Amino acid sequence: MRSTGLKTTFPKGLHYLSGNEAAAEGAIAAGCRFYAGYPITPSSEIMERMALRLSELRGVFIQMEDEISSICAVIGASWAGAKAMTATSGPGFSLMQESIGYAAFTETPCVIIDVQRAGPCTGQATKVGSGDIMQARWGSHGDYQVIALSPWSVQEMYDLTLRAFNLSERYRVPAMVMADEAVGHLRETIRIPEKIEIWDRKKEKGGAPFGTDEEDGVPPMPAFGEGERLLVTGSTHDAFGFRRTDDPEAHAKLVERINQKILKSTRVIVETEDYFLEDSDTALIAYGFTARTSLYVVKRLRKEGARVGLLRLKTLWPFPEEAVAELGRRVKRIFVPEMNQGQVAGEVKKYARCDVISLGQTNGEVIQPGTILEALTKI
Amino acid sequence: MEKYIRPGVKTTPFCPGCGHGILMNAILRAIDESKMDMKKMLFVSGIGCAAWIPSPHFNGDTLHTLHGRALAFATGAKLYNPDLCVMVISGDGDLSSIGGNHLIHAARRDIDFKVICANNLIYGMTGGQVASTTPKGSKTTTTVEGSPYRPFDLCKLVEAAGATYVARYAVTQPVALINSIKKALLHKGFSFIEVLSPCPTQFGRRNLLDRPEEMIQDLIRRCILQEEVRGLSEEEMAERIITGEFLTCQRSYRCV
Ligand SMILES: Cc1ncc(C[n+]2csc(CCOP(=O)(O)OP(=O)(O)O)c2C)c(N)n1
Ligand code: SF4
Ligand SMILES: [Mg+2]
Repeated sequence: MRSTGLKTTFPKGLHYLSGNEAAAEGAIAAGCRFYAGYPITPSSEIMERMALRLSELRGVFIQMEDEISSICAVIGASWAGAKAMTATSGPGFSLMQESIGYAAFTETPCVIIDVQRAGPCTGQATKVGSGDIMQARWGSHGDYQVIALSPWSVQEMYDLTLRAFNLSERYRVPAMVMADEAVGHLRETIRIPEKIEIWDRKKEKGGAPFGTDEEDGVPPMPAFGEGERLLVTGSTHDAFGFRRTDDPEAHAKLVERINQKILKSTRVIVETEDYFLEDSDTALIAYGFTARTSLYVVKRLRKEGARVGLLRLKTLWPFPEEAVAELGRRVKRIFVPEMNQGQVAGEVKKYARCDVISLGQTNGEVIQPGTILEALTKI
Repeated sequence: MEKYIRPGVKTTPFCPGCGHGILMNAILRAIDESKMDMKKMLFVSGIGCAAWIPSPHFNGDTLHTLHGRALAFATGAKLYNPDLCVMVISGDGDLSSIGGNHLIHAARRDIDFKVICANNLIYGMTGGQVASTTPKGSKTTTTVEGSPYRPFDLCKLVEAAGATYVARYAVTQPVALINSIKKALLHKGFSFIEVLSPCPTQFGRRNLLDRPEEMIQDLIRRCILQEEVRGLSEEEMAERIITGEFLTCQRSYRCV
């Protein structure tokens, strides 16, 4: 269900905020009225702002005993009818994985913001990284899909958190905002729009909550207490929620649908941005904070006459394979700078039929323009 | 009983002689006698045989969650919609081993949950491994010479953590059990009822109680009411399980 032109709850106009604060405002604007979380650097400011804002708005905020219970409470609240979210960083994101699989399999809308830090393990808690990209996609067992977005600015911490809620409600799927420490702690001026578009999960009295013949593959979702006598389970289930734990057909059908409902809508979900790619023979593919540095490098090299451009990934999952494949047909080589050891570069290699060079860096620092420049000028 | 059983449900999945079926019956009788509206009830469970008591059988909202996490899921639902009457029904392993942290924190917060812990002293579903509730010396598939460790006293645990209604009964005390569940339904706050429920398949046959009726007899013999404890010698108490209502207090502060 879509409604447009809703008034936001935060005064429109210009605001000077950190990325984490902006993400909280994006969530509030989207209609988020339930937050459960556990403190962890560098994401805690999201939780603190949600505590404040939800008390103003008479929503529900709770600091749970760990990240496992945080995501579980979010899922429980979602079934009670809430737009609900949590935010965390690497170690907490790891703890949430089993429940993220539960949300995917029970088709529970929820939003998870991961402000990535330098991993693995406790790593460097205050330093930046983007090592959780593959975990976002494959972190829980079994075959499922999620949606993951990648903000590169404070503005996008707001916009993409809002969008994550809309997509999550529309497709009944966990949606993740894969931020990083640099964007989370960045301060910039952002513009809060006066009117926004909001999606709400569809409802249908007596409808099957776990099966549909509709084209989009997304069934209606009632809430607890509405008299629907819901039967929700993380075991394989039929359209009305009855467990079907040894029926091969039921399992195949359900797994297929929860995957296909996302893959079928890739065109709606995936967003990318092109910079100077029309005549380029060399391209950068980047996302998150690293895309800012990449754009700077591209602009600088352009001044010197180089035919280089940037493809920025705003959506990471489902992967923008069409845009990447298309770019691979047009350019000779693609460089992928990222704050991990080549997680997205690996995906790019799957779809781009040209040279793909990974510029992965895992030292807890943002990638400097000089690092990318040096790699590019070697050719 | 029909209005309490979900249409389409014909049988339960429990083994012959399993106590979980008796418990299921007791819960529904308490709900019926309390005239609860099933449409306003949410049953949350974890993973295990006991977690199947409400799901799919009960004809209200049911949320069958992950192993150990029932109370965490329930917390989100109850806080967002306080009008729901939330009953959490799960096993000893689920609530007190893997879910132990959520148990003590939910009790500490004194959230209005009616928690029913079906304690069969073992992990039934996965084939009879030792649990945090298995009596010292009991044989399980993972303690072949008998468990070397002490079990939790679940009632004392949740009481110390802040629960405001705490009781223990066995399925062999059905009248007292039903009355206790009725009290929990009326109680505003964290209610916890530990229900001893025999598992002949996984516990009994490894511990010299081969047949279901022997397990029932054993429970009848061992369970005594707390009022009856006075005057018994240490020897007489050794094998006994103390049952009854251990705590019922009203809160003086506001909570959900
Ligand atoms: C994370 C996780 N670990 C392990 C399991 C396997 N498992 C399923 S049920 C169960 C034990 C259940 O025991 P209890 O809660 O006492 O219920 P019972 O079957 O005895 O009634 C275990 C270990 C699981 N489902 N999930
Ligand atoms: S294994 Fe034990 S607890 Fe599970 S159904 Fe059988 S008797 Fe009951
Ligand atoms: Mg058990």
